Amino acid sequence: MEDKIISIIGSYDKDPERLMDILLSIQHEFGCVSEIAVSVIARELGLSEVDVVQTRSFYHFFTVEPVGKYAVYFNNSVVSMMMGMQDVMNEFEQLTGIRIGEKTNDGLVSLHTTACIGMSDQEPAALINNVVFTRLNPDKAKKIFEDMKAGIPVEDMIGDTGDGNNAHPLVRAMVSNNIQKAGPVTLGDYYEGISLKKALQMNPKNIIDEVKASNLRGRGGAGFPTGLKMLFCSLNEGDKYVICNADEGEPGTFKDRVLLTERLPMIFEGMTISAKGIGAKEGILYLRYEYKYLRAYAESVLEELRSKNMLGKNILGTGFDFDIRIQSGAGAYVCGEESALIESSEGKRGEPRNRPPFPVQSGYKHKPTVINNVETFCSIVKIIEVGGLWYSKLGTADSAGTKLLSISGDIPKPGVYEIEWGMTVNEMLEMVEATDVQAVQMSGPSGLCINPTQFDRKIAMEDLACGGSVIVIGKQRDILKDVVLNFMEFFEDESCGSCVTCRSFNMILAKQMKKVVEGHATRNDLKNMKEWSKIIASTSRCGLGQTSSNPITSTLANFPELYEARTVDVAYQSDFDMDKAIQEACEVVGRPARVPHHN
Amino acid sequence: MSEKIKFTIDGKEIEAEKGQLLVEVAAENGIYIPVLCHWKGVHPAGSCRICTVKINGRFMASCTTPVDANMVVESNTPEIQDLRKAIIEMLFVEGNHFCPSCEKSGDCDLQGLGYRYQMMVPRFPYAFERRELEASTPKIFLEKNRCIFCKRCVRMIKDEEGRSYFAFKGRGKHLEINLDTKLAEHMSEENARLAMKICPVGAILRKEVGFETPIGKRKYDHVPIGSEIENLQN
Repeated sequence: MEDKIISIIGSYDKDPERLMDILLSIQHEFGCVSEIAVSVIARELGLSEVDVVQTRSFYHFFTVEPVGKYAVYFNNSVVSMMMGMQDVMNEFEQLTGIRIGEKTNDGLVSLHTTACIGMSDQEPAALINNVVFTRLNPDKAKKIFEDMKAGIPVEDMIGDTGDGNNAHPLVRAMVSNNIQKAGPVTLGDYYEGISLKKALQMNPKNIIDEVKASNLRGRGGAGFPTGLKMLFCSLNEGDKYVICNADEGEPGTFKDRVLLTERLPMIFEGMTISAKGIGAKEGILYLRYEYKYLRAYAESVLEELRSKNMLGKNILGTGFDFDIRIQSGAGAYVCGEESALIESSEGKRGEPRNRPPFPVQSGYKHKPTVINNVETFCSIVKIIEVGGLWYSKLGTADSAGTKLLSISGDIPKPGVYEIEWGMTVNEMLEMVEATDVQAVQMSGPSGLCINPTQFDRKIAMEDLACGGSVIVIGKQRDILKDVVLNFMEFFEDESCGSCVTCRSFNMILAKQMKKVVEGHATRNDLKNMKEWSKIIASTSRCGLGQTSSNPITSTLANFPELYEARTVDVAYQSDFDMDKAIQEACEVVGRPARVPHHN
Repeated sequence: MSEKIKFTIDGKEIEAEKGQLLVEVAAENGIYIPVLCHWKGVHPAGSCRICTVKINGRFMASCTTPVDANMVVESNTPEIQDLRKAIIEMLFVEGNHFCPSCEKSGDCDLQGLGYRYQMMVPRFPYAFERRELEASTPKIFLEKNRCIFCKRCVRMIKDEEGRSYFAFKGRGKHLEINLDTKLAEHMSEENARLAMKICPVGAILRKEVGFETPIGKRKYDHVPIGSEIENLQN
């Protein structure tokens, strides 16, 4: 074992900045990163063991104990639960005789939960040994378990593959693209290499000017003008980097998954054009762990581009050098935050950095770095091909172009829709043929939950901003329990923890929300939740903590009646539930529950 | 290279070198902005958030913000004071702090801030986290119940080869401070002393020495925390 670990470390040149890859390889090889592995890594890299542990323990998919031969990670995010994941998990627990978080005695199966895996259009979904299983139900669970007992490799359990590149021999996934509406930019016609050839003939400044003229704003959610970002970065001397943020983890989003499946050459082309614009020689595609099934295919696309001389040395004979490596994540929502993603790419905990300096000044390896969302890079390709002015005329004055929405939840045709900015929520609901809508969760948990009186609002940066996730919530749903509480528990787990307000207030707010859902909250508790949400929003270091109270504040504002119906009108009530405690105690000792206690 | 700029804190005009950290400029000018994670000369962590101020209407941490011309900084306002008090209260409910039995009492920055901001009862529910005491190494105790995750020890206490004795483990609600017990077997006396000194609370304590400074003669026994800065002006 030690020899194998040493050889893995050697394959990354004993470079501590490649610790993520080292840990990923070891986890893959041994099913865990054990304490013994930690001490070998520490010794070989010249680190202390706690330094290795700090990275290992940050990411969800690294484990200390070996996972089962079949490691099942159920997606427990909102849409998956709405679509019936609880039944699937119950079935697996029944079949295996173990609880979530445990492993069978024979080591065959371990059951885990995980945050959104980017399959909200085909839930309930799970990852089994990194292979995606979609549209699960208890019957399929039975079949899968039979296959596990028969020792069938997980790749052979999937049955039919999905459409498009999901059927590619290097992907072979049962995932469907669900492209419901293509627009003129990211899902429109793509002619490989045309924009790159054009850009290579352009002066770098003109590339940036073209992007500036398009008024393109970053598609990750924050909406910073992309051309300006390139300009600021280009003003610096020396080594520079281009990073593509393919770590979409906002529950309910999956649009980047579709681009990564169907538009990889376009993404890489956009990165190369950006590199030419700012003067970078190296790039990174940071691919979230949950999309590991796309990695081999992505490597093959890079190889193909190199063989066509569209990447590598002296690209298309123009003297310009640029190459891209893929960095896999290991399960951490916060790594979608750009500076956390950079830290992670350097082999560290995914803790967001303080700003200033911004990545354009000091990013990867503390060099100037342009980091953009997948969709942004695709848009750049189209802008260079057709022109910035053309692009700027799409959408609205403040939000140019088109936007990919991942629309899921209680609608007949979940999937990806490329719309022009400026569409109203009503128009969008009509487009997806939604009926009986109670609420729309715009832009995931860090966005807003809106009620029907707001459905005439525009989807645009200047009104209802959206990073990509749109969850339509039907009338039958219990918003506070199914949506808000789920989101708060998500943030409680996904906060990096290093800034005190985000770590602690997410815990406090999740606890308060549980109190509401269980019917123990008072009016005063609601007032407190509102006040405390302000504290976390104003004092947290990064976007996670600044927005994580939005599920509570937006539902308190837009669905006050749901809270009122659940609160009790007394000055104080404890969140301690005597009846429940007695019942639990009875279960533990195996005695039938007594007559409920009365106050 | 240094460029002199002017800006204001609570209306008071201040001259400083552009790019200096706001929290340090304030201290040099006799204005106390509380800190728990900041340590002069060490790369700022920006993790405790207690130094939050409002700059041109936006909330920012003053330990990570370089000063710039024409900044309008609000620090000693009721809004900011209450935010800071809330953070102090939150730290008291998040960990398990029992001042009367703590060796650091009187020298503890968190306790000092509790008094300064007149905390009575925390407004938040107690978390009653179960945390452990790491007592297996010869020089120090690590009392995790009291850790406030300031990262001072993580950033500052290293061995001769630059390796860390302390690091975080886990994330979010599972975050804890972790001590490398193998390295700590050989921790020097100076490192043990420094680790206890920089810890703003009583999470890192030296073994075999207790109450070197008697109660009554400790840093904050007679004057509130921050006095050393505010008295500069007097």
